[in-house]
Amino acid sequence: MDILREDTIAAIATPFGTGGTGKIRISGPDAYEIGDQIFRSVQQGKKLKDSESYTAHYGFIYDPEAEKKIDEVVAIMMRKPRSFTGENVLEFDCHGGMTPLRAVLELVLANGARLAEPGEFSQRAFLNGRIDLAQAEAIIDIINSKTEKSLDIAVEQLSGKLSQRVDEIKEVAVEVLAHLEAAIDYPEDEIEGFSPENLDDKFNYIKEEIEKLLISSRQGKIYKEGLKTVIVGKPNVGKSSLLNYFLEEKRAIVTDIPGTTRDVIEEYVNLKGIPLKIIDTAGIRETADKVEKIGVERTRKSAEKADLVLFMLDISQGLTEEDLEIYKLIKEKPLIVIVNKTDLPAQVDKNKIEHEFKEHSLLWISLLEEEGLEELRQKILNEILDEELSGDDNVIITKSRHKNALLKAKKAIERVIVSRETSMPYDFLTIDLKDCLNALGEITGETVADDIIDRIFNDFCLGK
Amino acid sequence: MDFHKYPKEYDVIVIGAGHAGCEASLAPARMGFETLTLTVNLDHVAFMPCNPSLGGPGKAHIVREIDALGGEMARNMDETMIQIRMLNTSKGPAVHGLRGQSDKQAYHQRMKRILENQDNLDLKQQIAEKLVVEAGEIKGIISKTGIFFAAKKVILTTGTFLKGRIIIGEAKFNAGPNQQYPANKLSGSLKEEGISLRRFKTGTPPRVSKRSLDFSKMEPQPGEEGLSFSFQSEPLKGEQAMCYLTYTTEKTHQIINENKMRTPLFSGVIEGVGPRYCPSIEDKVVRFPDKGRHQLFIEPEGAHTDEYYISGLSTSLPHDVQIEMARSIPGLEEVEIMRPGYAIEYDCVDPEELKLDLELKKIKGLYTAGQINGSSGYEEAAGQGIVAGINAALSLQNREPMILKRSEAYIGVLIDDLVTKGTPEPYRIMTSRAEYRLLLRQDNADQRLTPIGREVGLVDDKRYQSYQSKIKGVEKALDYLRDENNKVNPTAEVREKLEELESGNLSKPVTLEALLRRPELSYEDLRYFAPDLPEITKDVAEQVEIQVKYKGYIDRQQAQVEQFRKMEEKKIPEELDYSQLENLRLEAREKLARVRPLSIGQASRISGVSPADISALMIYLEQYNRSKKDDENGDK
Ligand SMILES: Cc1cc2nc3c(=O)[nH]c(=O)nc-3n(C[C@H](O)[C@H](O)[C@H](O)COP(=O)(O)OP(=O)(O)OC[C@H]3O[C@@H](n4cnc5c(N)ncnc54)[C@H](O)[C@@H]3O)c2cc1C
Ligand SMILES: Nc1nc2c(ncn2[C@@H]2O[C@H](COP(=O)(O)OP(=O)(O)OP(=O)(O)O)[C@@H](O)[C@H]2O)c(=O)[nH]1
Ligand SMILES: [Mg+2]
Repeated sequence: MDILREDTIAAIATPFGTGGTGKIRISGPDAYEIGDQIFRSVQQGKKLKDSESYTAHYGFIYDPEAEKKIDEVVAIMMRKPRSFTGENVLEFDCHGGMTPLRAVLELVLANGARLAEPGEFSQRAFLNGRIDLAQAEAIIDIINSKTEKSLDIAVEQLSGKLSQRVDEIKEVAVEVLAHLEAAIDYPEDEIEGFSPENLDDKFNYIKEEIEKLLISSRQGKIYKEGLKTVIVGKPNVGKSSLLNYFLEEKRAIVTDIPGTTRDVIEEYVNLKGIPLKIIDTAGIRETADKVEKIGVERTRKSAEKADLVLFMLDISQGLTEEDLEIYKLIKEKPLIVIVNKTDLPAQVDKNKIEHEFKEHSLLWISLLEEEGLEELRQKILNEILDEELSGDDNVIITKSRHKNALLKAKKAIERVIVSRETSMPYDFLTIDLKDCLNALGEITGETVADDIIDRIFNDFCLGK
Repeated sequence: MDFHKYPKEYDVIVIGAGHAGCEASLAPARMGFETLTLTVNLDHVAFMPCNPSLGGPGKAHIVREIDALGGEMARNMDETMIQIRMLNTSKGPAVHGLRGQSDKQAYHQRMKRILENQDNLDLKQQIAEKLVVEAGEIKGIISKTGIFFAAKKVILTTGTFLKGRIIIGEAKFNAGPNQQYPANKLSGSLKEEGISLRRFKTGTPPRVSKRSLDFSKMEPQPGEEGLSFSFQSEPLKGEQAMCYLTYTTEKTHQIINENKMRTPLFSGVIEGVGPRYCPSIEDKVVRFPDKGRHQLFIEPEGAHTDEYYISGLSTSLPHDVQIEMARSIPGLEEVEIMRPGYAIEYDCVDPEELKLDLELKKIKGLYTAGQINGSSGYEEAAGQGIVAGINAALSLQNREPMILKRSEAYIGVLIDDLVTKGTPEPYRIMTSRAEYRLLLRQDNADQRLTPIGREVGLVDDKRYQSYQSKIKGVEKALDYLRDENNKVNPTAEVREKLEELESGNLSKPVTLEALLRRPELSYEDLRYFAPDLPEITKDVAEQVEIQVKYKGYIDRQQAQVEQFRKMEEKKIPEELDYSQLENLRLEAREKLARVRPLSIGQASRISGVSPADISALMIYLEQYNRSKKDDENGDK
């Protein structure tokens, strides 16, 4: 029950997908302690926790474990009670764009903060007397809306899969815990199916499964970087136009001159709640020109790293050798083939294209007339939900909150394993095993306590 | 009804002299209030209608908590028991559980004598039939023989007597436990006052004659030296009674399966809800058909009787089937049943009717404790009894009630569970119900609760001094162990000694505390390395060892308790009108209105109340408190 804890919370305080700079806000009793673990001021030895309220400090965020510099930031101090939430507040203004911003947030979370619930900063502000009633009522709406259908369906589907996996892990943990608890509460009864070796196997299984889930999030899946979506195609097919369409602004330069885009452009867009990192590339063509070769090489590389490739053709140019060459580079990737400019006369037989790319999703669009674009969004979404794409485990961790809970669960099960190794009595195993279950429960929204009691009586024949 | 007012008016009347009733009576009497205890039958004071034993994990913890608060159960057991053991010794200090075999007659007789000799306490054989309530406040009770006993506070501890009905196969009759006279009217009087009631059931196994048992076919289960329940008692001395272990057979199961339709459980005659954790043997055989055998403990009912109790064979099968079934068990081939097993149904109060101090929300001055609140077990009953008794007295003193926290006592867990969550079946305490189990150990029950008992006025000087000297002893020893000046150096001598103790090597100087952290070393072992080590008693050494060896785990739980405490301290005003809370879902509003939690923490434990409801509630409360503050300021 997160909301009840008077702990330290953190979140990105600038809207998602706006790129450029961003702000991480940390609020709560341990804000400065957490900050000091990852922030190094350019003034040697300067600690945030010793700094005055309303001061700003220039420095860097380091990953203390990897000893790696993550971002250049300005840290801003607002001590309680004179801050937005009325608690100790620390803000990091980060400069390195979305990826480092998220990395900074993860570090903050890994060092003791909890991801804020929607509206939670404001809620604290109200409870500490920093905002008024009308504002507070708006917050209640936010809190309530969380559970309503405004929640995006796609995200829900994703977390549905996650819940299922987490439930499977939980089931094993609950089973073991019920065994342990039954053995503890009914020392004189025979508890069936219970042996020490058995226990170790189960604990290791739980740990491995949690790790698998964590890897699927660490692999740079959706929640962290956005789904990497690369648009490729020969020059002048309309790649930059597609990017601009998604962004609803003129981010990339669009001209009728082939080879306009010379370098890779990355932008975040929000597709029905799922962050897409869209990468527009230089058009690939066979060329002897060295400069262009480098561009082509880059394009190839970004396609390689992509989660999804949007391969664009131009119906008015027909299907050329260049198209087929490009296709060779990318055909092993998850792919959507987009045939653009359907408003212009076709220079190629539609059947031929359909035949050529029959293994892939294929789509006819006109960016000029905005046709087929809703269908495109849907197709991209389907690709995301497609099992193949989502890694070994068919699960994508979309939320920092989930990842955090998994990290907590992992630490807890590791403690259980250490307790086993040091031959601690059963009772001590249950302490961390319950922590592990509670952390997993944060993902699925269930508490454990009553579960276990039920299990004890359903699974074992106990009592007089 | 015609009645005569009894000339003496009491401060507190306790209905019932079972395990809840005895503690509920002694507490206010010892706190100086005129107390009257009524019971159906004076020859059954503190009677054990079921197993002849106390304790086990969770239950033993409660017995020690009662003792630390100044109650009687532990001492009564120590004076009369015939065997004692410590269970769970390998599973961690928090779940160690004492289990004692009682002598039922001796237990009853001593407790009766304690009540009889207690100042301010009158004990009478009377059946209460009607509550006298005026303007929502209790005034007293009227008995079956027409006497009106007036009192400021009344505590009901009626156990399984309310509309009690015994079932043995096809035979059914109205009766209290052990065929005592049932209390047929009192629950009707509760109902008239608008209290919602439940019908629960429980059961007990047959009692058999010792002469007819062949112990050579069973495994003996001896007792252990050096143990007692009370912190004040000497360990049990002398020869201890023996218990035995045997098992059901395929034949037993076959007999049960062939006859199960003759049990009311399966034919549907029993309406009451029974507990899952004390299933009857027929229940076990049907629910767990793959289990080849079920274990049975054969326990003496006392030192001066031939009756033995067959733990594990609780049943309401017909008498003839019980005989056949019992004789299919190794060692019981020739068995003579002296009293058949039976199931009993009874009325009890829906515990959601209660406040955390065990007073009914609807009737001021009326408290309930024990099985009437939906719990089961002697220990659970007594734990509630002492709380109700203390709170009735505190209320007479115009003091705040004693509400034990979940982080403080199993009794707190028990009462909070009952009152906050209600219970769909008779409730039994288990260590797994406590979130902070590691802190709620039976060895530290005195440290947890003696100060509270003292504050209340139930802990005498002697007990308080021994508590204080224990605390001081622990502190002194810990200081010594942590002192840098007492570090142990890795000399050849030290290494040799460590090897002898089968402990790992030492490479650099360490504190004694660090050494004690090693699982294989005890406090006394340290004396080799520190001849000046403070001399402390065994129980102080136990505390020191636990606090050193499990420090990491204990600290973690303590941190959790800290979080918990903050939420418990966010109080909800009693007069709060939940219908005003439009931001809450209807279900949550209804639940909250019924339970009326005292704190945000308690509210969050109510099933059907979500975290979102809690945040909305917190916001509303903040609003509420502020507008109240404004009002107050306005008045000035
Ligand atoms: C058949 C049976 C099986 C049980 N099995 C188990 C078990 O397996 N495990 C377990 O933990 N517990 C078991 N118990 C429960 C255990 O006995 C009780 O939980 C415990 O004794 C309850 O204590 P109490 O003080 O609430 O009630 P009781 O010990 O039943 O005492 C009730 C007291 O109230 C008095 N009384 C009742 N009504 C009136 C009235 N109207 N006027 C005056 N006096 C009244 C009675 O005379 C008696 O003194 C069983 C009980 C029975 C009867
Ligand atoms: N008729 C028509 N023209 C389009 C459509 N989509 C894009 N164009 C035009 O095609 C030209 C090339 O578009 P760009 O988006 O720059 O193409 P690109 O693939 O990014 O080209 P390079 O960056 O040069 O590789 C521009 O003039 C666009 O206006 C379409 O659907 N129909
Ligand atoms: Mg371009």
